[in-house]
Amino acid sequence: MSARRTFNMLLTGVGGQGVVLASYVLSHVAMAEGYDVKQSEVHGMAQRGGSVVSHFRFGEKVWSPLCAPGTVDLLMAFEALEGLRYVHWLRPGGRLVYNALRINPSPVSAGLAEYPPNIDELIRAAWPNVQCVDAYSLAVQAGTGRAANVAMLGAVSPSLPFARETWEEVIRKAVPPKTVEVNLAAFRLGVESALSAASSKTS
Amino acid sequence: MSRKLQEPETVEKKESIEILSGNEAIARGAWEAGVKVAAAYPGTPSTEILETLAGYKDVYCEWAPNEKVAMEVGLGAAMAGGRALVCMKHVGLNVAADPFFSASYVGVDGGLVVVSADDPGMHSSQDEQDNRNYAKFARVPVLEPADSGEAKEFTLLGYELSERFDTPVLIRTTTRTSHSKSLVTLGERQERPPVTELKRNWSKYTMMPQNAIARHPLIEQRIRDLAEYAEDCPFNRVEMGDTRVGIITSGVIYGYAREAIPGASFLKIGLSYPLPRKLIAEFRARVDKLYVVEELDPFLEEQVRLMGIQINGGKEMNTLLGELDARLIARSLAEAGVPGVNEELLGELRPAATGLPGRPPTFCPGCSHRGIFVVLKKLRTFVCGDIGCYTMGALPPFNSVHCSTCMGASISMGHGMSKVLERPTDDKPVDPRHKLVAIIGDSTFYHSGITSLMDVVYNKGATVNIIVDNSTTAMTGGQDHPGTGKTLLGEPSTAVDLPALCRALGLKRVTTIDPYNLEEIERVLREELAANEPSVIIAKAPCVLQYKIRRPPYQVDAELCIGCKRCLQAGCVALNLYTDANGDRKVEILADQCNGCGVCSQLCKENAIIRPESAAEEGSR
Repeated sequence: MSARRTFNMLLTGVGGQGVVLASYVLSHVAMAEGYDVKQSEVHGMAQRGGSVVSHFRFGEKVWSPLCAPGTVDLLMAFEALEGLRYVHWLRPGGRLVYNALRINPSPVSAGLAEYPPNIDELIRAAWPNVQCVDAYSLAVQAGTGRAANVAMLGAVSPSLPFARETWEEVIRKAVPPKTVEVNLAAFRLGVESALSAASSKTS
Repeated sequence: MSRKLQEPETVEKKESIEILSGNEAIARGAWEAGVKVAAAYPGTPSTEILETLAGYKDVYCEWAPNEKVAMEVGLGAAMAGGRALVCMKHVGLNVAADPFFSASYVGVDGGLVVVSADDPGMHSSQDEQDNRNYAKFARVPVLEPADSGEAKEFTLLGYELSERFDTPVLIRTTTRTSHSKSLVTLGERQERPPVTELKRNWSKYTMMPQNAIARHPLIEQRIRDLAEYAEDCPFNRVEMGDTRVGIITSGVIYGYAREAIPGASFLKIGLSYPLPRKLIAEFRARVDKLYVVEELDPFLEEQVRLMGIQINGGKEMNTLLGELDARLIARSLAEAGVPGVNEELLGELRPAATGLPGRPPTFCPGCSHRGIFVVLKKLRTFVCGDIGCYTMGALPPFNSVHCSTCMGASISMGHGMSKVLERPTDDKPVDPRHKLVAIIGDSTFYHSGITSLMDVVYNKGATVNIIVDNSTTAMTGGQDHPGTGKTLLGEPSTAVDLPALCRALGLKRVTTIDPYNLEEIERVLREELAANEPSVIIAKAPCVLQYKIRRPPYQVDAELCIGCKRCLQAGCVALNLYTDANGDRKVEILADQCNGCGVCSQLCKENAIIRPESAAEEGSR
């Protein structure tokens, strides 16, 4: 990828899913690779189970901390419904990578609304360039479900122009020392899942 | 600048550049400026400034009970000769306006920087207000950083200006500058001379009329001097490009505008009040068409127009409401026929998916507020809400907060309402629907509920006031306050004795209840609603999120569940309605979400929601 154009990425999910940590890793990886970086998220009320949106942009020189709607290159959704909700932010040709996980929003838990039962179909109907990752299972396979956000990072990493070593170096520093190996394993499983999804598509 | 990172000789530089949020950068700037004292009350999006600064050594930092107190602490420190920082969200400056205006009159000795973090778009606020107006109102200069790098540099400049011009300096951020991260070059701390005695300067620091009258002309002259300085201020920057289009802008909007119309000429304003007249006139002369692009109020625009400088477009091109972004700016410029707009931002947007359930914030599983609102809904009382997590009691399925305005208002507004309502008499039992309850959190009560409660007692009110005491300032992420017994610097301290405080205000009816026990909440509420004198109910249980409380999850006995959905009134994301193999609707409890509070279990009439045996044996809830 040319560094001339600013690369736009949107991360969406639910409070408590580790969107903030993932944004931290992404921005530090981009910085270590020599890019200008801007990253923006709204916290506050979001930690009470609300929607979380984080904007991450890198390039030679980044002016705005926000992606504009319709210009997102890569939408990384930590929860399926939160992927569908922001699909229209993608630019033509942009890519959606979403976690298979479903988390009920509070109106669903209160019996006042229904979680779309056919969410995968709705996503595929809304966007052609989609990859679904079962990040929770990958993380469990790596040792703990709590590393699902890092498995998601692994799954998007082939779409980004950063060296594997840089990713791993930043993850080592970003996660609690005792969990480094588990998180690195989750990252690698995420990478593999993305690569195998890509090769099965082309074959 | 980031490219330099890869040059081999710049190992030191690499260590001196970090990705910081605007808030972290302001904290860093204050530390580098040798700040001695910093005070704040938490408020999104400002909170992390003091949380970050408290992590540096050499700076005394405190959570004040409210922004007015914080401002006075900062002013006192500055008056004594130390550099001071005071931070708040935009509505906090309303609370602190009184000392802020006085600070403008008395000026400083050590530098005083006040940060107002505004929230255009109201991500986490009850209103959106453009606090640049406070600068003009109080005759104080205001700096508007565009990103984290500027946030740090402007903070350093703020201290220089404050001391050079003998004035407090306002730094105005927005959610997008406070909570966006970008690269910041770090510097070293400049140590300030120690303060060993208090200088007396009666005529400057004692604002009785004779002295204030003498100070006022100096304040007006100070602004004229600052306007002169603004002409050469390094942060008012002309960037010439295509001379057909000139854009005057400030803050984070500069970044959006640069992307909306990359080739234009820019006058990027860093010091937004007072503005440099000559610089703007010269810029005007160099471009064919001039536009002012800013978020919320036409603050720059009105100043420019008052200078008699003609512009070709301003606020009428976009909006007074909410946030701007690059796309909105690009479209407004394109509609005005401005050449050079970024085509990529002009395409039609695909429609958003419709009919999706929203994801509003909600009480955490295990939250101590849930049971209170379940009961308030049942009793159908009118509820005066306040500012905190418990405002979410206004949302479905509770729908049990009927008004909420500003910090501390629940108790005083409830008092005012009760003076309109017909008073119950002793021989007529009171219907709870015709009574009202005020509900306020502990931190909000200490912020500005105490005087309201004093008013209720003094003026013979008879309202029921619930203080939901979870021992933290929860909504902003869990900060300490005078009731927690711990300071911002982590030291143990004296905690307010809340029941004793209420009694000292003159309340005779003060009851502490367990907010997880629905029967107890209802019994006490009915008793207090029936009483013809004011009361306080303290619903006391620690915040499960901040105190990391985990209790064993409950389970649903699917045999007993009849799918009546009564438990869903708890509005808890651990509950999940599903259809079983027989096509029957049932509720299950998601074990990874449930925090074992037992509220849903008390709602279930079929005894289908049970505490696991092991937990019951341990005697936990």
